[in-house]
Amino acid sequence: MTEPEDTSPASVTAETSEVETKPESPQAVSSPDVKQKLNLKVDILLKPAGDAPIMKKKKWTVDRTKRICWVSDFIKKYIKMEPSESLFLYVNQSYAPSPDTDIGSIFDCFGSDGKLVLHYCKSQAWG
Amino acid sequence: MADDREILRELWDGKIPVSFQLAQEEIYTVEQPDPFFLLVPRLTYFPLVTDKVYRHMVKHVDPDHGEMWLEFDNQPLKWHYPIGVLYDLYGYQSELPWTLTVHFKNFPEDELLHCPSKEAVESHFMSVVKEADALKHRGQAINNMQKKDHKALWTGLMNDKFDQFWSVNKKLMENSGEDAFKSVPFRIYQMDQIPVQKLFKPVDDNGENLTLKNLLSIALPDLEEKGILSRYRVVTQGIEPPLDVPVGWMSEHLSYPDNFLHICLVSRGHSES
Repeated sequence: MTEPEDTSPASVTAETSEVETKPESPQAVSSPDVKQKLNLKVDILLKPAGDAPIMKKKKWTVDRTKRICWVSDFIKKYIKMEPSESLFLYVNQSYAPSPDTDIGSIFDCFGSDGKLVLHYCKSQAWG
Repeated sequence: MADDREILRELWDGKIPVSFQLAQEEIYTVEQPDPFFLLVPRLTYFPLVTDKVYRHMVKHVDPDHGEMWLEFDNQPLKWHYPIGVLYDLYGYQSELPWTLTVHFKNFPEDELLHCPSKEAVESHFMSVVKEADALKHRGQAINNMQKKDHKALWTGLMNDKFDQFWSVNKKLMENSGEDAFKSVPFRIYQMDQIPVQKLFKPVDDNGENLTLKNLLSIALPDLEEKGILSRYRVVTQGIEPPLDVPVGWMSEHLSYPDNFLHICLVSRGHSES
């Protein structure tokens, strides 16, 4: 296996510059403006499975209309995989949603405690 | 459940006559290919039934072609939706045979997923079955099965073996006592929109069965509020069920093999034009 051991903040790009901050900041959800936006956005928690490298920042807020393939491309970039490599995403540690599924629907059905947990993996993990 | 087994059989036997025609601008040979006719099961997926279409058409296109894909009325057809869903959504009440255009070029990357093999269809199908059971039984029914049961579901569908498929699928459809459905796996489709999927309990807090009408008002509150739901036909499995049908019953009897209810809203104006 050749995945980088090094997931230090120094190696991440500007896009992910908040890695040093705590993943969950209580102030972030307290203002009414942000609450309003929560209807259009949901929180996802990205967890590695198998031999996939961990992500320094695990919790992200994404538009409900974003699709699974978008999340998958995002993770690949973040953990520095080639676009041609396979990455599998799992909901509930049980099934792999179709790449064209919108995050909002999955959140509505499988989100809990205000967030949706997605496991990512470089080989098929469940089923 | 046993009394209504005939319904399951009727749905399983549902077929749609399709005429496949090669896109005019992609014909590479002097000779024009004839259309190819097939009677395809509603419950299956196009990649499982179009091998012959591929062989018939591929002789007439540029050898340097891409993956085959299908289109109806300028609408690329997603292979990972069951054929009956595609027909109900885009072709409902259009003339038969349903005339589809076959393409080998300009794959619509934004709209369609690639289908590299039948294994891709299998893996998609099993994922949806697992998702459905996660919703119905928190995944317990599917997780209690052995690998060979999973395989029997797939080969039952692929080889059109009703008894083989249902001998396993009945465990996923167990809906009594502790195994009662926690929620009903459903998706509601409208043309040009993201399918709607939410949590929906088939029974309310007082133990009353909730109906298709209840489901529509929860899944599509906008249409309900604006009072325009009546502008649509509510179609699944090629039929328009009465809106007072209990959704739990629908889930047991009108679900596709992937264990989801796939419900299409078809504009009345569109389907009558």
